[in-house]
Amino acid sequence: MATETESHGGEEGLVFHPMDQFLVTPLFGGGEVHWYTPTNVTLWMALTLLGVACLLVMGGGRAIVPSRFQSVAELSYTFIHKMVEDVGSREALPYFPLIFTSFLFIVFSNFLGLLPLAFTTTSHIAVTAVLAMAVFLGVTVLGFAKHGLGFLKLFWVSSAPTVALRVILALIEVISYFVRPVSHSIRLAGNMMAGHAVIKVFAAFAPLVTISFGLGVLVTPLSILAITAIYALEVLVAFIQAYVFTILTCVYLRDALHPSH
Amino acid sequence: MATETHVVEAAGRGAGNHEGVAYPAADAAAPGMPQLDFSTFPNQIFWLVLTLIAIYLLVAKFALPRIGGVLADRRKTIESDISAAEDIRRKAVEAEEAYNKALSDARAQARDIIAEAKAAVQKDLDAANAEADAEIAASAAEAEKSIAEIRSGADRMVSEVAHEIAQDIVAAAVPGMVDEAEIAAAVDRRVKGGA
Repeated sequence: MATETESHGGEEGLVFHPMDQFLVTPLFGGGEVHWYTPTNVTLWMALTLLGVACLLVMGGGRAIVPSRFQSVAELSYTFIHKMVEDVGSREALPYFPLIFTSFLFIVFSNFLGLLPLAFTTTSHIAVTAVLAMAVFLGVTVLGFAKHGLGFLKLFWVSSAPTVALRVILALIEVISYFVRPVSHSIRLAGNMMAGHAVIKVFAAFAPLVTISFGLGVLVTPLSILAITAIYALEVLVAFIQAYVFTILTCVYLRDALHPSH
Repeated sequence: MATETHVVEAAGRGAGNHEGVAYPAADAAAPGMPQLDFSTFPNQIFWLVLTLIAIYLLVAKFALPRIGGVLADRRKTIESDISAAEDIRRKAVEAEEAYNKALSDARAQARDIIAEAKAAVQKDLDAANAEADAEIAASAAEAEKSIAEIRSGADRMVSEVAHEIAQDIVAAAVPGMVDEAEIAAAVDRRVKGGA
């Protein structure tokens, strides 16, 4: 999220690169991006892993009265544990480690992405789609494994008054079921991408005062103020989107475990 | 790059060229949104899966048993502390009840003792009163008897004196005509009639 303003030689101009922060680039040298190439994705995912490890190792104390780090680790544990139990039902608790993993990954990626110059891995649809598809496929397989064809009752709204209505509702339910992974992944990636891009756009307006003082004296403070405000909003969004992704995972899991309406 | 918007485009050299030096490969491949550059997908997915597996192992094998154990320990400690506190509280209530019971027992006992002492005193008092009454009555009767004796003695002496005086008077007045019995009867008549 660097302020990317470049003046080229003697010529002056505002330069907008709001999407450049999302470019996937090799870490060492140039060349093509193969599947194994260490890229900025690798770096920021490694940092995410490091952050998670820091929280869990430094917060892994065994004190009855917890230290601050231990308290944060325990709070995140109980936060997600309670969510899985309340939203996903007691039978969802065996999947708590998986859900906790996805929550930790998303929340750390989101917050690391807010650092200036950072690369936000969760702003990429490739990343969120893998997460959402994993949830979708896992939940669907689990539903059929637990209930067999009884899982299809999820689509059959037996409380609807007539059979015709039930058929129409079943159609709608099936469509909405298959739209789930799409909305699940695009919600997260879209939120992360939009906020970061908007900050970049305002950042590009910020140096206007160096080009045209008369215009810039008004625009520059305004855009800096806007960056600050949107940054604060993005801090909120970073957590809320991780929360939303996790709670939706719990909702889908509940549907798989208790398909009948 | 398609996403670049130049308010004031530098003549002859776009900013895209400048960026292109830094990221030649990406610049060549990047469409409007780097998110839709499918050539980077295998790379992202590979590293994502690797990271998720690492985080999962860390979480499932190391962190969750540990944190879960600590939380369970804490819950147990708190529960045992609370039950110990409950025990102590119950004991305190019991002690208070025992104290109150002892107090009321002592009060009742004291009341009994007082009533007993009062009854004993009353009995003694009644006995003493009765004895005193009896004594007083006895001495009153004795005194009455002696008063009566004295009174009858005095009556006899009065009549004796009257008889002697009357005989003396009769002897002095009419010598030789002393009839003692007649004089005594006459005096008695007079005394009784005068009385």
